[in-house]
Amino acid sequence: MSEILKQLQEVVIVGEADQAQELAAQALEADIAPLTVIEDALNPGMEIVGDRYECGDYFIPDLVMAAEAMKAAMRVLDPALTARQEQRHVLGTVVIGTIEGDIHEIGKSLVGTMLSAAGFQVHDLGVDVPPVEFVKQVQETEANVVGISALLTTTMLNQEAVIEALEEAGLREQVKVIIGGAPTGPEWAQTIGADAYAENANEAVERVKELLGV
Amino acid sequence: MEDILSRLKNGPVIVADGAMGTMLQAAGLPTGMSPEGWLLENPKPVRDVHQAYIEAGANMILSCTFGGTRVRLEHGGLAERVSEINRRAVEIAREAAAGSAYVAGDIGPLGQLLAPLGRFTYEQAVEVFAEQARALVDAGVDVLYIETMSDLNEMRAAIQGARQAAPRASIFATFSFDRHGRTNMGVHPKQAAETLLSLRVDAFGANCGATLEMTEGAVAEMHEAAPHTPLIAKPNAGKPHMDIEQREVVYDAAPEDMAEYARRFVALGARVIGGCCGSNPAHIAAIARAVT
Repeated sequence: MSEILKQLQEVVIVGEADQAQELAAQALEADIAPLTVIEDALNPGMEIVGDRYECGDYFIPDLVMAAEAMKAAMRVLDPALTARQEQRHVLGTVVIGTIEGDIHEIGKSLVGTMLSAAGFQVHDLGVDVPPVEFVKQVQETEANVVGISALLTTTMLNQEAVIEALEEAGLREQVKVIIGGAPTGPEWAQTIGADAYAENANEAVERVKELLGV
Repeated sequence: MEDILSRLKNGPVIVADGAMGTMLQAAGLPTGMSPEGWLLENPKPVRDVHQAYIEAGANMILSCTFGGTRVRLEHGGLAERVSEINRRAVEIAREAAAGSAYVAGDIGPLGQLLAPLGRFTYEQAVEVFAEQARALVDAGVDVLYIETMSDLNEMRAAIQGARQAAPRASIFATFSFDRHGRTNMGVHPKQAAETLLSLRVDAFGANCGATLEMTEGAVAEMHEAAPHTPLIAKPNAGKPHMDIEQREVVYDAAPEDMAEYARRFVALGARVIGGCCGSNPAHIAAIARAVT
């Protein structure tokens, strides 16, 4: 791998947005294809960030900063892709939101950030999202995955309502459902018929990849 | 009642209350409604929860104002009622306490990342916390109780806001340690203790948390970093798991487990001990028996 890409990967890992943008530009000047930059520097960098989070070296600020660095690099790479009529490989389309009645935002947004960084198209519906809104968004975006966050022991019961609404709309076969939030867990996912549970944003990326086989 | 700071200094240990939200849900709080929004029309169930904890042996109850900042209340369209809601919540707590328990003005996190990670600036946070603290102090709380924080900067903003609103108010401050022994923002207990020492709050410690063990570890580290500071331990009743048949979340620590940990917390310098998520009056009664 070229020195530039090595450096770019490193600055993504440590979350230096300005340097990431600068190095991405340098890579293009050195005639490295934008897709190569993404696949050889950015993606593996974000995977290392995920590993460091998993083992407790990294925490939320590190994830956010790394994702910001990746975004900064993409601001340079996206126009280059467009110019070459290329596209970043989209791994899938994910609709996420915090369930109706629940206004917890940080965890859900972090899941969106990490999924975007990993190459998914993410539609974040925000917080306090009624089941019908999830359904509507799945229809509009032809999403493959729905992610539902709930941070309260009461609101988690509404996660099931989303799954029921997807069934009623005849969409359950086309989407995988993943849930998360402090009081939820794998048993709860099983109980309500979700396909997966993720404990944190990094795990969410892993699980969604598994669900879609990508 | 003696001043809360002299009680803190001279003992005995102050027994704090347990969970509020789950108790209110059992009393009819509708799903998705904030306790703060509900209490205006439903003061009695809130007062009953406070009373249940006092009867169980709590010497200090937290006002039902965890989500009482403008930032949290605006989700329910209540941003312009910060002052009214916080005052009313303290009134209800004071009615329940009837002079026999301390009333702590509860202040929780904003639920937003502060800049540079998020859009919310430090200065905005200070202002928002000051607004809530002013209402709590005006309504007559014995102490401001800032809890469940993960971010050192947000804690600083809350303390600065509290001081701005009420320079002489007593302040208790706790972080939630729930990831590899640190807060989810990566704050070490030692780092938390050093910061809170420098900010000269009256007591500090750990609440919520992933497990009782993790809270114990955090309190131990804080004690080492600040051996002369009265510490606070207000952990969850263990870990949540799903009772599939009942379709409800249960926390796995029994009252006796909480009592056992309460004894350990006392040995580690804790002078305020209670419960957080999943705890109920039975847990608090067991803690009270264990430490007094």
